[in-house]
Amino acid sequence: MSEERFEPLIVGFFCNWCSYRAADLAGTARIKYAPNVRIIRVMCSGRVDPTFVLKALARGADGVMIAGCHPGECHYLEQNYKTMRRYSMLRHMLGVMGLEPERVRLQWASAAEGVQLAAAIDEMVEQVRKLGPLNWPGIWSEDGGRLEAIERLAEEHAEAMEVKA
Amino acid sequence: MSTKPKLALYWAASCGGCEIAVLAIDDKILEVAKAFDIVLWPVAIDAKVRDIENLPDQSIDVCLFNGAVRNSEQEYMAQLLRRKSKFLVAFGSCAHEGGIPGLANLYGRDEIFQYVYINCPSVDNPDGVLPRPETQVAEGTLHIPVFYDTVKTLDQTVEVDYYVPGCPPEADNIWAILQAVVAGLGGAPLPPPGTVLGKETTVCDECIRTRTEKKIKAFQRTWEIIPNETECLLEQGLVCCGIATRAGCGALCPKVNSPCIGCHGANADVEDLGARMMSALSSVIDSNNPEEIDRIIGEGIPDPVGSFYRFSLPASLLRRKHLVSDGNGRKT
Repeated sequence: MSEERFEPLIVGFFCNWCSYRAADLAGTARIKYAPNVRIIRVMCSGRVDPTFVLKALARGADGVMIAGCHPGECHYLEQNYKTMRRYSMLRHMLGVMGLEPERVRLQWASAAEGVQLAAAIDEMVEQVRKLGPLNWPGIWSEDGGRLEAIERLAEEHAEAMEVKA
Repeated sequence: MSTKPKLALYWAASCGGCEIAVLAIDDKILEVAKAFDIVLWPVAIDAKVRDIENLPDQSIDVCLFNGAVRNSEQEYMAQLLRRKSKFLVAFGSCAHEGGIPGLANLYGRDEIFQYVYINCPSVDNPDGVLPRPETQVAEGTLHIPVFYDTVKTLDQTVEVDYYVPGCPPEADNIWAILQAVVAGLGGAPLPPPGTVLGKETTVCDECIRTRTEKKIKAFQRTWEIIPNETECLLEQGLVCCGIATRAGCGALCPKVNSPCIGCHGANADVEDLGARMMSALSSVIDSNNPEEIDRIIGEGIPDPVGSFYRFSLPASLLRRKHLVSDGNGRKT
């Protein structure tokens, strides 16, 4: 089991007008890239609410890639600038929460940049592979005798709990 | 034996303010005493855990539970009161969303103990004694509750019927809820389980300040400026959480020239208060230059988690800071 290579799970939010098409282009041009990214098409990178990123991490993703049009080339004029600011804000917050910066990436890719997008995906997958599994939901569980302590309290109080209704 | 409905109040990880807040309904408290048989209320009456354990299951009609859950004794009490109560209400921000104690989720147990019992400048503990769940003494083994790494909300511990937001909840709302409970016990329809008993709009809707188009070049901290009393505080550069926070307080803080800090938690349909804040603030930063954006955010919001999740970290999507396992089952 320990010999098995860790395959990170990365959730991708790709813009319909550029990076999603770049991923398509990479496919039709038979460019190989890591299969670890599960791509979700959004109409614009500006649609990516920080909630989406947090939810992906909280449900077990090892990383998140947001991909959109280059600055100045947004189909909706300037929404990708909002993405740029949200990304900065998210990284700032996620750093305090103990997340390695490589796990959340913003990638600009035009519809013609299949090669560049594939390279970016490969690079991110290798970076996250090196970091190892994130397993965010796993950090919520308590160890250290929690259940035993509660059971002991219940036992100590059991006599009183036997109640005739 | 009294036939009045039974009311219980309890506190777990909280400051006790929620229990005091019930007294803010003033002389109506006499009506509460008239309407209910109060079986537990640590701040006001002398009832013991044994008394509660001795009650038949489901015999408490309503329990207002305040405080988060961060040790095994609190979890036991949450389970006990769940079992004994018909309606369990998460009362106040700590039970609802984790509250101020929830900020401990930026650390782990070991780090907290190191500071509180060893490194804190006012502590004198030359032997470095730390709390242990078990201690052997001549008479036998002594137990104290197990302290958790992660502060939990009440509904992450047991099933909760209703939520009352606020740090602390407002007197008007408390009174309205108690009246609704009395009516409900008399057969009047109650809101569906899981309802947050509060307003479904934001603090901005209750704020009378003038709003224009928001464009922010720099965030200000409260000690850096004296804001004027008429314009939106966010437009003056203060991180005001009113845009994402549930209403109900009458915009109390903005009214006294202080930004909203989000004590009522996320507004209805907002999953994560911090995410909504980050999204909204990012939209109003007046820059398209990545370096300048990083600088504005880094300098203006030095404590993003404390600013966006001051009362709601345990209820947020990520719940806590990531603790990495060192491979020995311990978290570092």
